[in-house]
Amino acid sequence: MSQPENKQGQVETTGHVWDGDLREYNNPLPRWWLWAFYITIIFSVIYWILYPAWPYGDTYTKGISTVEYTVEGENGEEKTVTEHWNTRALFTKNMQSSPSALAQQEWVNKVKDMSFEEIEQDPDTLQFAMSVGHGTFGDYCAACHGAGGQGKIGLFPNLADNAWLYGNSYETIVSKIAGGINGMMPAQNVAEDKIDDLAKYVLSLSGNAEISGEAASRGKQAFASCAGCHGQNGKGNEAMGAPNLTDAIWDVADVPGCKGDTACQMEEIKHVVNNGIQRQMPGFGDRLTDTQIRMLAIYVRQLGGN
Amino acid sequence: MKHESIEINSGLLIVLTLMVISIGGLVEIVPLFHIEETVEEVDGVRPYTPLELRGRDIYVREGCYTCHSQMIRPFRDEMLRYGHYSLAAESQYDHPFQWGSKRTGPDLARVGGKYSNEWQTQHLVDPQSLVPESIMPGYPWLLEDELDYSQIEERMVALKRVGVPYSQSQAEYDANVEKFGQEMADKLHVSNATQVLEDQAAAEDWDGKPGQITEMDALVAYLQMLGTMVDFSKYEDGHFNQFR
Repeated sequence: MSQPENKQGQVETTGHVWDGDLREYNNPLPRWWLWAFYITIIFSVIYWILYPAWPYGDTYTKGISTVEYTVEGENGEEKTVTEHWNTRALFTKNMQSSPSALAQQEWVNKVKDMSFEEIEQDPDTLQFAMSVGHGTFGDYCAACHGAGGQGKIGLFPNLADNAWLYGNSYETIVSKIAGGINGMMPAQNVAEDKIDDLAKYVLSLSGNAEISGEAASRGKQAFASCAGCHGQNGKGNEAMGAPNLTDAIWDVADVPGCKGDTACQMEEIKHVVNNGIQRQMPGFGDRLTDTQIRMLAIYVRQLGGN
Repeated sequence: MKHESIEINSGLLIVLTLMVISIGGLVEIVPLFHIEETVEEVDGVRPYTPLELRGRDIYVREGCYTCHSQMIRPFRDEMLRYGHYSLAAESQYDHPFQWGSKRTGPDLARVGGKYSNEWQTQHLVDPQSLVPESIMPGYPWLLEDELDYSQIEERMVALKRVGVPYSQSQAEYDANVEKFGQEMADKLHVSNATQVLEDQAAAEDWDGKPGQITEMDALVAYLQMLGTMVDFSKYEDGHFNQFR
């Protein structure tokens, strides 16, 4: 490899000599590399001028670059705030005026101004509400109710069937999402000799079992204490969230899991009667905006196939 | 000093090298202790109660931070998914902080109150039973193991030494009453710790096993508290921009 030589025709060295004959060349740095180095220095100086950079005392240089965003003043009018460049101010601005935020806001405003019935009639708005609702559902609801709303028997209600514990009006769904639900059935104290008849009677309401004669009347008699919530005929009560027991849809007792084995089905029913139910859903009114909850309600309602 | 004397004296070379390379770190870290805006002024942030503190210890022990961050960044998509971005003030009593660096699972900075206690317990025991597509491992022993809180006072004292305002003296207690209110100050008093922990474990059905204080009680109590201390509805849009 050839070495650049100086005017005297010698290769320049640093002047150090090791072990008698080892020398270190002192070649100039490559020109392109040197310029790149100078440019990074210039870049850093420009950066210091524009952006927050140098600390001093209890504060720091804030730079001359700024971010503008609007806030709501005390009297409700909008006022513009100019803040030195920083990621939080950029974020505030981004939430207000980035193209995607504006595009979304336009549709959110539409949903805000329309009633549920109007949204149902407007395919574009409905599609927007459904897609936001789907995303929100995935994040907030799917952990318990499942990605498809299928729920988990015994723990979290199935939202994908057309049975609604509290009814399926939009207003109810919105209020439940916002305020949460405390689902509660007290444990029943049913005498040993009556509970089998009661379990069978409950199963017979949805045609899962046959019961007749004296057993039926004993079961019906025992059911009297259930009727306060579930109704005389077991049709349920949406105001209390007491499920309809006649529709063969099971949310807590895993009757379908018994695959037609009546003894197993009775055990499931007896377990619920003896232990009661305690299910809680947190309210999301503090986490989601009213409009987000409305869009979520639209999504949840159609999960049940209305 | 001649350059040659540095080159031939390795001890001196090491000392001088350390000095030079530490400049970068010092310039970035030291000012954070002096700059007033580093930790935001915000209402509501308090030290952890004894039960939450043990829950946090379990969170660290089980390595939750290797998959879950506790740091919501100020980006629109993060806001839409997780809520308000995290404040420095919200982890001011964390030693060490749990910001994490990798999200194999979701961020947990505001997971408190998002799911029910029942869900948290069931999910920690067997995540796939609730979220079939999840790759999180189960932690069933948390529900079996009794919580060891015999050293709770020592743990609080240790944190107190690094600046967490747990109280031991009357003056410290009074300062806490001033700052966090009487009810909370009682919970942060070191000599009350055992009783406070047992009361909090009994006050709510954290893990579906009333009457028994398990590790699950502590962890669920900790998780349900995460991100709930600051009421952001009290602050207008962009309020926290002034601290940056």
